[in-house]
Amino acid sequence: MIPSLPRPAWLRGATACYLAAFLVFLFLPLVVVGVFAFNDAPYPAPPWHGFTLDWFRGNEAAGRTGLFQDEELLGSIWTSFEVAVWVTLLSVAVGTTNAFLLERFRFRGQQLLSVLILVPLVIPGVILGISILAFASRLAGLAENWFGWEAEFLRPGLPLVVLGQFSFMATIATLTISARLRRFDRTLEEAALNLGASRAAVFRTILVPYLAPALVGSAAICFIMSFADFNTTLMLVGADAPLTVMMYGRMREGASPVLNAVSLFLMVASALLALSLLRLSQKRNDVSAPPAA
Amino acid sequence: MSAAWRARAALAALLAPALLWLGALILLPHVELAVLSLRERIGPQQYAASLSQYKTFFTEPLYWHIFVRTALVSCVATLFTFLATFPIAWIIAKALRGRAGALLFIVCLVPFWVSETVRTLGWMILLRESGVLPSLLVKLGITQVPVEMLYHDATILLGLVYTNMLFMLVPLVSSLESLDDALIEAAYDLGASGWSILRTIVIPHAAPGITAGAIIVFMLTLGNYLTPALLGGKNSEWFTEQIYTQFITRFNWEQGAAFGFLLLGLSTIMVMIGLRLSGQRFGDVMRRT
Amino acid sequence: MSADLFAREVLKRFGAHTAVDSLSFSVERGSFFSILGPSGCGKTTLLRMIAGFLAPDSGDISIGGRSMVGVAPNRRPVNMVFQQLALFPMMSVGENVAYGLARRGVARAERERKAQAMLERVGLANAARKRVDELSGGQRQRVAIARSLVLEPTLLLLDEPLGALDLKLREHMKIELKQLQAAFGTTFVYITHDQSEALVLSDHVGVMNQGRFEQLGTPQELYYQPQTPFVAGFVGANNRIVGRVELLDGDIATVATDQGWQVHGRRHGALSVGDAVEAFARPESCLLGRQSAELPAGLPAHVGIVQSLLFDGANSAVLLEEERTRREFRIALPQTGQFADLKPGEMIRFGFDPQRAAVFPARPGAAGQAG
Repeated sequence: MIPSLPRPAWLRGATACYLAAFLVFLFLPLVVVGVFAFNDAPYPAPPWHGFTLDWFRGNEAAGRTGLFQDEELLGSIWTSFEVAVWVTLLSVAVGTTNAFLLERFRFRGQQLLSVLILVPLVIPGVILGISILAFASRLAGLAENWFGWEAEFLRPGLPLVVLGQFSFMATIATLTISARLRRFDRTLEEAALNLGASRAAVFRTILVPYLAPALVGSAAICFIMSFADFNTTLMLVGADAPLTVMMYGRMREGASPVLNAVSLFLMVASALLALSLLRLSQKRNDVSAPPAA
Repeated sequence: MSAAWRARAALAALLAPALLWLGALILLPHVELAVLSLRERIGPQQYAASLSQYKTFFTEPLYWHIFVRTALVSCVATLFTFLATFPIAWIIAKALRGRAGALLFIVCLVPFWVSETVRTLGWMILLRESGVLPSLLVKLGITQVPVEMLYHDATILLGLVYTNMLFMLVPLVSSLESLDDALIEAAYDLGASGWSILRTIVIPHAAPGITAGAIIVFMLTLGNYLTPALLGGKNSEWFTEQIYTQFITRFNWEQGAAFGFLLLGLSTIMVMIGLRLSGQRFGDVMRRT
Repeated sequence: MSADLFAREVLKRFGAHTAVDSLSFSVERGSFFSILGPSGCGKTTLLRMIAGFLAPDSGDISIGGRSMVGVAPNRRPVNMVFQQLALFPMMSVGENVAYGLARRGVARAERERKAQAMLERVGLANAARKRVDELSGGQRQRVAIARSLVLEPTLLLLDEPLGALDLKLREHMKIELKQLQAAFGTTFVYITHDQSEALVLSDHVGVMNQGRFEQLGTPQELYYQPQTPFVAGFVGANNRIVGRVELLDGDIATVATDQGWQVHGRRHGALSVGDAVEAFARPESCLLGRQSAELPAGLPAHVGIVQSLLFDGANSAVLLEEERTRREFRIALPQTGQFADLKPGEMIRFGFDPQRAAVFPARPGAAGQAG
């Protein structure tokens, strides 16, 4: 119960125990992944054989291919990065136009549109993937039959992966950005006009700075989720596998500590991103810290 | 006059990306999927309208079995997710609150910044026969030999609960935070016990958050692929794997499309039931998460 | 006389509701003009039309001699202090003040210098680098004014800017506003529903009701020579007595209430015996006496029963009921402390100079209790 009401001792004790157990449950998998990136053994399993950096720096001569030498893994990180950049740009752009569409205009069918915009979130990612795959392949077939045009980008591959991820992340960006736009005090716009600002200047000097936390926040969410997406990506992937698909393939083949190494790299990278966002939002002294991914 | 024209032009400019996105990436692909699922290959490059894809599903017990199993396990996983996160949400929103609560909240969100693949890797290292927990059990003398803890239904359940907890925690915390402490104090003052306060004050107030969380978690669990595939191995029998097999491995798109629609239908029906039970609107629920 | 603001037959309708009804007035250069009225009287609509956020349905507004028809709000020589101030939270105080200069393309060094100079003039020399939310309510007020005045507008509009402040600060800011206006010499157009703000601050006040000006004049004129019963009731405290004309003697009318209580006051407008009227007598124009002899000879005397003593320092008053008709009446207590010992239930005599009371033809539907 809440602190202002008396609580029996056993309840306090049980609460503390549960909290501790929950935190262990939460972090144990991550800790284990991190620790075994440094185990001097060919499998990420106990017992502990001593500390090594082989799984980062090792090369084939040493019999262990570390992360920094593993062209395939490094390539897939780069692939994921490229995909994430595109997905983020597209999602934030469309999220912004959608936010203005929903918050600043009134038109027939708006209610319907605002519900449709939410739909991608409740369609399982696998189905988003196969439907886009099927539709793109239909378009590619038509292009070939009618114009004799080889539409390579409509075949499984990175362009389709980008579109597939964008199809539901645009919703997330829309929700984040329009929530902030809704709270905007429109007299600020009037005040700026009154001080002589043009429409364009109002947008640039008032609206964009106001929306910035939501833009940055939703960009971060899209970037991270794109890096982490598996379901949709798996259905649309071609020859170049992004990191999650690559890791999945290797995890099915068998365990190697190099996967721990790349995982640790991901953890550190997301932690840094999260921290810098936190710093940014504190500096702005704004309560719009990015919501969780 | 020109102002009205400008407003129309602006509206059109903003509508275009939204319609392009929803039309080309959501609506038309699903129409295509529907068309695929309703035809049958009768020869090379030759197709006829048919319900045979759906007929296969209903006549083949294996598919049926996997479908029902996926639905049931998803329901159980959603329930467990709720039970596991509710006390934590309560601690964050009511017991600690303020800075300590916010800090705990952030700490609880941290693991979800890392991809599901990495988190699943952690569970595999922990649970496989040569993994951390089995060897710990041997060391403690609880088991004679290491036991395989992967590839059980319980393992799949654990992984599913773990991977989607965040989507329950966030709406729960925000709905509990909006509960006025004075209501709890008033109920206590009027003689209610802790249990009856929970039942008559807290749960009804948090119901929208619980529904929102349950809908999202159920949907994500149902559509999950990675966790059942890796933690359940060959025994996972998860419906998304059937879709993948038909679509990618066997290249039987017609069958895969029908399976996709069946999964989508199941997910939609469950979401509707959830909304009906709690008397909420779809848009409101989605905006909560 | 040169007018900075000139409105001619300005009309604005919202559906069937006429918010501003064919209003014409002018505001002299360098003066402090207030528009005083209850909420919903159309004053905000009028202000927004002057600022350019609304277009009048008909009529013309000209500012500094130039017609503003079709001129966008960002091209008008008018600046506005908003009700909630609308300071930009994403900018520092200095950036807020320099905002309008930046939009005019003034070079950075120049606008920083001007903003700093303006902040110094409003007593915020060290605030330029602060964030808006680090300032107190009164300081924000001054930033909002500085932000507008730095642009040297022909006209400064103020939309109830003191409404959000607490009482003490509001009293203080009233004085500060008046001093600022005197120091800058800019024409201020101020809207408020608070009659005390309007009286203290203004050179001229327009009392607005239902989209029209009831009376336009100096604060003194409004207070001592109200032209309509609305103004008499809205500006300052007043006792209102509803009745019929019983007798007309020169400019003095004798008014009798339904229960037969007779009072006397100066007539306004065309009145004849039997007309329904409203009479007003200000609390401070009434005199008290324990005996009839204490009241000046010749003053019509009434008898009242003390209901309660309303102690409020210099604004203390006694609330009493006329003996026979039980009509409530409010009388200011003299500053000498005399009558401070009145007790509820006590009988007391009171009277007021008929020349200082006003009798108007009753407004339609105005019968009822004193306001």
